[in-house]
Amino acid sequence: MLPGHADFQLPKPAAPVKVNGRRPIPEVPQMSGHPEEPATATEPDQDVVEAKDPVDIWDQRVAGGLAFLRRRLAGAYEVDDFGFDPELTDAVFQPLLRLLYHDWFRTEVFGVEHLPADGGGLVVGNHSGTVALDALMLSVAIHDRTPGARHLRLLGADLVFRVPFLSELARKSGATVACNPDAERLMSDGQLVGVFPEGFKGIGKRFADRYKLQRFGRGGFVSAALRTGTPIVPVAIVGAEETYPLLADLKPLARLLGLPYFPITPTFPWLGPLGMVPLPSKWLIQFCPPIPTAHLTEHADDPMVVYNLADQVRETIQATLLELLEKRPDPFGI
Amino acid sequence: MVTSPPRVVVVTGVSRPLGARVAARLAADPRIERVVGLDPHEPPPALQADLAEVELIRADARAAVGAFIDLGAEAVVHMAVSSAPDAQRGGRQAMKEQNVIGTMQLLAAAQAAPGLRKLVVRSSTAAYGASFRDPAVFTEDTEPRAVPRGSFARDILDIEGYVRGFRRRRPDVPATVLRFAPFIGSAAHTTLTRLFAQPFVPTVFGRDARLQFVHVDDALEVLHRSVIEDHPGTFNVAGAGVLALSQAVRRAGRIAVPLPEGTLSTVLALARNVGIGEIGLDQIDLFVHGRVVDTGKLVREFGFTPRDTATAFDDFIAAHANGSSLTAGRLEAAERAILDGIRRTRAAISEKDREKASAGGDAS
Repeated sequence: MLPGHADFQLPKPAAPVKVNGRRPIPEVPQMSGHPEEPATATEPDQDVVEAKDPVDIWDQRVAGGLAFLRRRLAGAYEVDDFGFDPELTDAVFQPLLRLLYHDWFRTEVFGVEHLPADGGGLVVGNHSGTVALDALMLSVAIHDRTPGARHLRLLGADLVFRVPFLSELARKSGATVACNPDAERLMSDGQLVGVFPEGFKGIGKRFADRYKLQRFGRGGFVSAALRTGTPIVPVAIVGAEETYPLLADLKPLARLLGLPYFPITPTFPWLGPLGMVPLPSKWLIQFCPPIPTAHLTEHADDPMVVYNLADQVRETIQATLLELLEKRPDPFGI
Repeated sequence: MVTSPPRVVVVTGVSRPLGARVAARLAADPRIERVVGLDPHEPPPALQADLAEVELIRADARAAVGAFIDLGAEAVVHMAVSSAPDAQRGGRQAMKEQNVIGTMQLLAAAQAAPGLRKLVVRSSTAAYGASFRDPAVFTEDTEPRAVPRGSFARDILDIEGYVRGFRRRRPDVPATVLRFAPFIGSAAHTTLTRLFAQPFVPTVFGRDARLQFVHVDDALEVLHRSVIEDHPGTFNVAGAGVLALSQAVRRAGRIAVPLPEGTLSTVLALARNVGIGEIGLDQIDLFVHGRVVDTGKLVREFGFTPRDTATAFDDFIAAHANGSSLTAGRLEAAERAILDGIRRTRAAISEKDREKASAGGDAS
């Protein structure tokens, strides 16, 4: 048997459980969803304080906000080698994204226990939805649901780093260019790295092809994981496909603008800026059991092993996607 | 691998501050018998004190062949690499002449010197070029993805090419190439330090480059060690850690003036033509792409860790405090003032509310 296949097993499809849709919803959902949980653990304490003395908490908040502003203006914060700014991410980016994550997309997460609590990990997901919102929601899910509030270090296409502003937002939120040296450096530093091997083929596919995984490229992500012996955690994301249903792709215009595709959705570009508002689909994120790679380190350059492992990851994600879709009969249900 | 230190060391480029300080530092080392400074220019009076112990030869690299053999040079430290055109010394033409042609001639001379045991060449992290597909952190074996736009970066690529040729032809001579990050410190005077010394710092709109610096004193220590000890190979020399450009500007208490890349290039080209400022495409590339290197190899081989980028930059700020407007102290004072103001206003409002409530209670 080939090394990549050593412990390959498709995850057993769980019995479908309806959590939304027009059918009656079971009284006790059998899944580890968290729709009613508070966003952070500190909030209840603050509420208690607020109840006792409402003046004090506001004073604290104002003081905290001013101190944050002063630190930002004085440059008194740390940035890592990749340009990641944890303070800015936690204080500004994550709360904004959390609004989308909780209130707009009503995201439910399963299988968080498959993420390593500490040490490196490579999270491989399916990419979809015209705009790479799935990557951002995945990073919120991981930050909110892991015990150490881990940050997901995304690997982005070089196009992202070409565009002014976007490049700096990406770097400050912890992303870097998708290349093997960066991926290996992050993983050997014990970071959780997120990658979407489909790339633009995934987010630029038409709505008719939704939830069909595209080609996985050369499997560069697998060889990076093998070289560092980092476990691979496949993740299936359902919901991003319906945020901006891509009906057509204006290729000549895309070529003119230097973009990989130019999307036509039911709302864009007809409604102008309003067309940029994502449709409120229901999101489910399922993490799959990790695939260990520590025993395959010497096979990092073996194309057969790399290809088989990439295929195993791809099959796992595709199977999990179909399973999740059965759980969610209505894309826009509650 | 530590061999006996060389007895006679030739240092080029001693008419510039860094070259002069290297020569002075080597001359102060009792293990080295003779330090000879080779430069076609007369060192400025400010550097004469440093060079008291150094023999000076006014000659360009063409005369180096004879000089190396006459002196019995055992080590050559090539510091005559300038990072920006100097209007007083003939501008870009002369800069290229010195950097590229000078290095070529010097290495040809070094190749012909029979007693030579060591070659140390100043290079720069600009050797990695600047591209949007670059990895975030460069190691010594990263190849540049695109030919850089800046003149200095192109010179550096040429210089390193000549050193590779030298290594092939004289495999018996250990050649050390030191790729320095931009120099900083209280005593550093480079294009970049002059930029940060102004009250307003032009930056590129929508870009926030990751910068790394090396303290001049640490650079001298590394140069000294590479002459005394044997460290063949190429090394990144930089302080660990990263400052974002915006962060560096804020820490220095300066005000950033973001300009679109095109406008910035035009303004700076105009300024160069008028003769003020010397910011070229090298700096713009740095401000767009940033540059961070891995110094693990240096720390392992030299057993020396340069002070980190933030500390080195703090040293620079301390020496250039005049010209800063938004200092940490002032910001703290402003923060306290605003907080006190809010507290007082709120106290006054709640006082009024209480009065009103008590007045209402009396009336009813």
